[in-house]
Amino acid sequence: MARACRYAQNQPVNSSERHQIAMELVCPAGNLPSLKAAIDNGADAVYIGFKDETNARHFAGLNFDNKKIGQCLAYARSHGTRVYVAINTYPQPDNFTKWEGAVDQAAEYGVDALILADIGVMDYAAHKWPELRLHLSVQASATSHEAVRFYAERFGVKRAVIPRVLSVKQVEALVSNSPIPIEVFGFGSLCVMVEGRCYLSSYVTGQGPNTFGACSPASFVRWTETDSKLETRLNGVLIDRVDKDEHAGYPTICKGRFEVNGKTGYAIEEPTSLNTLPILPELLRIGVAAIKIEGRQRSPAYVAKATRVMRAAIDACKRDPENFIPDQAWLAQLTSLSEGAQTTLGAYQRDWQ
Amino acid sequence: MSTASTRACARLSLGPIQYHWPGEKILEFYHAIESTPVDIVYLGESVCSKRRSLRVRDWIEVAERLQSAGKEVVLSTLALLEANSELGMLRRICTNGRFAVEANDMSAVQMLAGETDFIGGASLNIYNPRALGKLVDMGLMRWVMPVEVSKRVLSAFLEGMPAGIETEVFAWGRLPLAYSARCYTARAHKIPKDACAYCCIDYPDGLMLSTRENESFLVLNGIQTQSARVHNLVHELSGPVPGIDIFRISPQSEHTEQVISVFDQVRSGTLDANEASDELESLAATGLCNGYWHSEAGMASCSAVCGP
Repeated sequence: MARACRYAQNQPVNSSERHQIAMELVCPAGNLPSLKAAIDNGADAVYIGFKDETNARHFAGLNFDNKKIGQCLAYARSHGTRVYVAINTYPQPDNFTKWEGAVDQAAEYGVDALILADIGVMDYAAHKWPELRLHLSVQASATSHEAVRFYAERFGVKRAVIPRVLSVKQVEALVSNSPIPIEVFGFGSLCVMVEGRCYLSSYVTGQGPNTFGACSPASFVRWTETDSKLETRLNGVLIDRVDKDEHAGYPTICKGRFEVNGKTGYAIEEPTSLNTLPILPELLRIGVAAIKIEGRQRSPAYVAKATRVMRAAIDACKRDPENFIPDQAWLAQLTSLSEGAQTTLGAYQRDWQ
Repeated sequence: MSTASTRACARLSLGPIQYHWPGEKILEFYHAIESTPVDIVYLGESVCSKRRSLRVRDWIEVAERLQSAGKEVVLSTLALLEANSELGMLRRICTNGRFAVEANDMSAVQMLAGETDFIGGASLNIYNPRALGKLVDMGLMRWVMPVEVSKRVLSAFLEGMPAGIETEVFAWGRLPLAYSARCYTARAHKIPKDACAYCCIDYPDGLMLSTRENESFLVLNGIQTQSARVHNLVHELSGPVPGIDIFRISPQSEHTEQVISVFDQVRSGTLDANEASDELESLAATGLCNGYWHSEAGMASCSAVCGP
């Protein structure tokens, strides 16, 4: 059985309670230095993954093995920070036991919650570790309160992380009607497709987020210099071509430059990161339970900076939401961490859609 | 039993129209479908709730005509639900009481579970037998494999397949690869989705996105992104079918009847699969692919013998 979970189970949110929600800051940790950086800079919770395809940031040199996870929990515990483990990819018939193993391992360590996407894994976790708190991963693609209700009622999920596709109004409607608290993305790289339903990477490389845990895996990336240009390719497909003095981004398909109707440009999205500082009071008012920073694949310095800014912003916003204006220095720091050195509100803002 | 399926009993289905067509074209299209050898027809809007070429009662009329023509009719539903109004429409479909429903999101499963048997669409992310089993407990009677699932994985599925559950594969058409809040067709016109003016109606097979080397790569279909290459599994109809009960053909603005006819001829053994593939290739200007089925990149085109 699971060790006692230290984290009290959240109750359904009603409107009078909504303002009292703590708005937890959930930060990424791809390794121990990042985890310490997140905790030292004010994370309420950190999320981590194992060193394999059971999580959606399956990159070489990243994540935790059995030994490291112990150190990670010890550090988090001594600072009163919660630890969530993402086991948020989709196992297939021949490797399901690996996901079972990941669930067991996390449960035996007594982590504060699992972040799951697959209902098979959820079913396993709910039966084997009934006391263990489950969160719904963004990879489960739940964008409506009916979908959230499905996971809450049938698998006992206690919190849902929602895809980056809803406007602020739609998030508000979801939060109001949801039987469980909602966590949203606050800062970091922007998936513009519904998470869990994007096969662009596997279409081009055979490996994608759902089953392999990575988008545009590095082994398929090629940077080629021509006379005056730098080309980035993913498994041979030209994703972008820039002048040699320009910065070439990582060849994520949705951030590439292509031709549509005879015009060349960012047909899907520009290299940019999500930044919700301008709407933080809105997110607080509508009762969002937690804000997540994306970036387990990023450096400890990145995690430290992003966590520090988001911590300061959330604290300032909670002190005086009516008069909250994002500090220019915060915005500048987040922009400096962003893809293409620019940020967007993404789908939260209807014009973006 | 699925494992004992042979080509003689494989059925052909016609998926929902992925694109935005004018109402008249939709009515004409389904009128023509009545006399084709397709066994199952999925109807309705599964991509964008703003598209309303037909009213619900028009769809019901189409459904009735197809049913009279001997087709099994299924009402398909949205893959991406964002607004409460969309949930209202979804509930109307789920409680229609006459036609089976294809759930393309867990919102629909939540409405259908325990109420009526349903079909689980490709976007439900059913990747393992335990996940499938849970949905079977809730009333799932047929599942459409996620498009990226391979033949090898399907075979592994079959060992634990609950009895009587049908497996459907996306066998012909541009692959649905992603959904977004953003409308990329509108973006190509430099307008936001809220002011889209239904511009996707000008692209009855979607809007081509090419690489800067003029390689047809993806197709923009409103909030959905598709493969430019047409996914083709006609070869799997020519021998004993490895656990596939139903082959889905995705509608295109032209030649859908011809595609159905080719698949039907291969099913009945009157046309060789290689000849069929040649004929089908002539209907797919941007090329064919079948990589997912052979555990390769989805865009790859493997010969019948390649891959596991």
